[in-house]
Amino acid sequence: MKQYTVSPSPHLRSGASTQLIMLHVIIATVPAMAASAIFFGWRALTLVAFCALTSMIWERLCRLIMKRPDSTDDLSALVTGILLAFNLPVTLPIWCAAIGTFAAIVITKQLFGGIGHNFANPAIVGRIVLMLSFTGRMTEWVIPNGLDAVSSATPLVTGTASYFDLFIGRCGGCLGETSAAALLAGGIYLVAVKVITPHAPLAFIGTVYALSAITGRDPIYQILSGGLMLGAIFMATDYVTTPITKKGRVIFGIGCGIITCVIRFKCNAPEGVSYSILLMNIVTPYIDMFTRKKAFGGRYRRDKKEAAQ
Amino acid sequence: MRLNGIRLSHRKNTENCATVEAACPERVVISMSQHIGAPAEPTVKAGDEVRVGTVIGNADTNMTCPIHSSVSGRVTGLGSLLLPNGKTCKTVEIEADGLQTPDEGLSPPVITDKASLAAAVRASGCCGMGGAGFPTHVKLAFDEKKTHIDTLIINAAECEPYITSDHREMMENSDGMINGMKLIREVLGIERVCIGIEENKPAAIKLFRQKLSHEKGFEVLKLRSSYPQGAEKVIAYNATGRVIGEGRLTSDYGIIVLNASTVGMINSYAETGMPFVARRVTIDGDAVGKPCNIRAPIGTPVIDLLNAAETDTENMKRLIAGGPMMGISLYDPTLPLLKTTNAFLAFLHEAEEAKPSPCIRCGRCIEACPLGLMPREFEHAYDKQDRERLNRLKINLCMNCGSCTYVCPAKRPLAEKNQLAKGFAMSPR
Repeated sequence: MKQYTVSPSPHLRSGASTQLIMLHVIIATVPAMAASAIFFGWRALTLVAFCALTSMIWERLCRLIMKRPDSTDDLSALVTGILLAFNLPVTLPIWCAAIGTFAAIVITKQLFGGIGHNFANPAIVGRIVLMLSFTGRMTEWVIPNGLDAVSSATPLVTGTASYFDLFIGRCGGCLGETSAAALLAGGIYLVAVKVITPHAPLAFIGTVYALSAITGRDPIYQILSGGLMLGAIFMATDYVTTPITKKGRVIFGIGCGIITCVIRFKCNAPEGVSYSILLMNIVTPYIDMFTRKKAFGGRYRRDKKEAAQ
Repeated sequence: MRLNGIRLSHRKNTENCATVEAACPERVVISMSQHIGAPAEPTVKAGDEVRVGTVIGNADTNMTCPIHSSVSGRVTGLGSLLLPNGKTCKTVEIEADGLQTPDEGLSPPVITDKASLAAAVRASGCCGMGGAGFPTHVKLAFDEKKTHIDTLIINAAECEPYITSDHREMMENSDGMINGMKLIREVLGIERVCIGIEENKPAAIKLFRQKLSHEKGFEVLKLRSSYPQGAEKVIAYNATGRVIGEGRLTSDYGIIVLNASTVGMINSYAETGMPFVARRVTIDGDAVGKPCNIRAPIGTPVIDLLNAAETDTENMKRLIAGGPMMGISLYDPTLPLLKTTNAFLAFLHEAEEAKPSPCIRCGRCIEACPLGLMPREFEHAYDKQDRERLNRLKINLCMNCGSCTYVCPAKRPLAEKNQLAKGFAMSPR
């Protein structure tokens, strides 16, 4: 009699895949990409494409040299490339961008073991490396002004943009961070397709809003300007480097908010979002440790003591 | 608090298929290990004449119940069989004479109190018919002086895709089920009887609401269609709000949970004295030409049932006993029907070979686990062979519902790892 190959249960699987999740994130970045093209011109799209491409090349090469199976098909390198490009000023030379993607993909991600093993968000590290290495070039903002781009400080420093300009993104800054509207659209998409939960972004933005209001600053201005929206929606929701439980994600968001405000209000740096996320990435394992879920009906040592009393 | 659950497509293709009686098989192989607990020992030998309902296996231990012949005929031999769960058990092989003559000694039991009810349930050979197969009389063997059972839950959630055998029991044997509930309720002095039915079976909900509209103390509970709604701890919580603690039985919390078909079985034994010798199974899957519900003697070879349902056995590549989430895949289509099998699913394709990629910490397994466990952490701890951590994370509570594997985007075999980890954590050092 014919015999069959057996397999362990469950015999059904959902259609979810890492690749599909990354594809959803890429789709969610499209509105912000479009906004950057509108306000900063075609060079913005070129830079995004260049970063995405070099990220894939670094990933491929790195896996090849490390004699590991290729992992570009999960599209995570593409996401990293796009998000790093969003953190760059449109005028940045492409060789600088290539260094950024190298720091992100090779140093932060692959050398720590590839997807799932990096302790910090690759795009954030890429940005910080560029920021510290090429501070001048990285802070050469342009203000979208018809056809001519004019150099200027970001609205976070000048404090003179209107809410409407900040919301749609008609202001100086990194190419993907200026349009709050486009980033929010992407964020709503990600929540709708259940790729992210809104816990970390809401906690992050809420904390910045509250602390700004408490310290007498304009809270709406604070949440609309700088890299907050980009950081909160796309960086503070990265699975690998943020806490795994919802409770942990709220703590993560609040921590990011506090550090961002401290840097913005008290330090000499123009922006604190990327540093705040990096610092919270580092404490993520500890947040995970303290926010473990309790099993339904599970009896723990403390419960036993109570039961004995 | 709402317990986690996942949404599955229901695929209840056979919900309107009235049960058909299977033709009497020529030969049955009856396993002496029909349910969890201790296996029985054969009490017959080759050459013995048996009738339908004759005891052919029994054991003195508490966690077992007698096994009866499901056909009339002659015992051809005692053998052994590798069950799909990996255990080897003794078997009794019987050649049927096709007459299905009942044993003359069968008579309805006299049930007056808890002890006689438990004894009758044990004598009927009844075990949980929903899949897990806990011997039913053990559920009734609580200490009356210490515990008072106030709630009887009839588990008719049937949350796994494809399976409709409990649904058909409700549609076809509603009066028998209600009589069974009344019997248990009266004997044990239970205040509340709660029939938990998933909302994807509106016909059954309507039928029971109608039939029980004038009865006091009966309640039909419409449950959300989410997997695993029919898990004992889950349905007990959703029906009563009581959290069944680690290592405790539902009876410690005043609850007895019985499967819908089980209560029907108890009633038919109480009325006719005919023990558990046949059951309804759903036959479905894409290899099955005519998906159906079929009532067959225990020990019937699966292949007979598949042929009755016009299955393409030539091209069939995968055969599962039970539902697609918790069922066991069978290595051989000649294996016999067990008391706990509620469905056979036959598919034209082999299980797709999932290539696991690294965990991306998305947390979906944690959001899916009905018992609030952390499958990802289990995997880590098991890979490091960290027994302490596995115990701290409560690996013992995992019931292998498979939700974590189902939702994992990295296609990691989490449920499989959980079982390995459970065995490892519970094994002596």
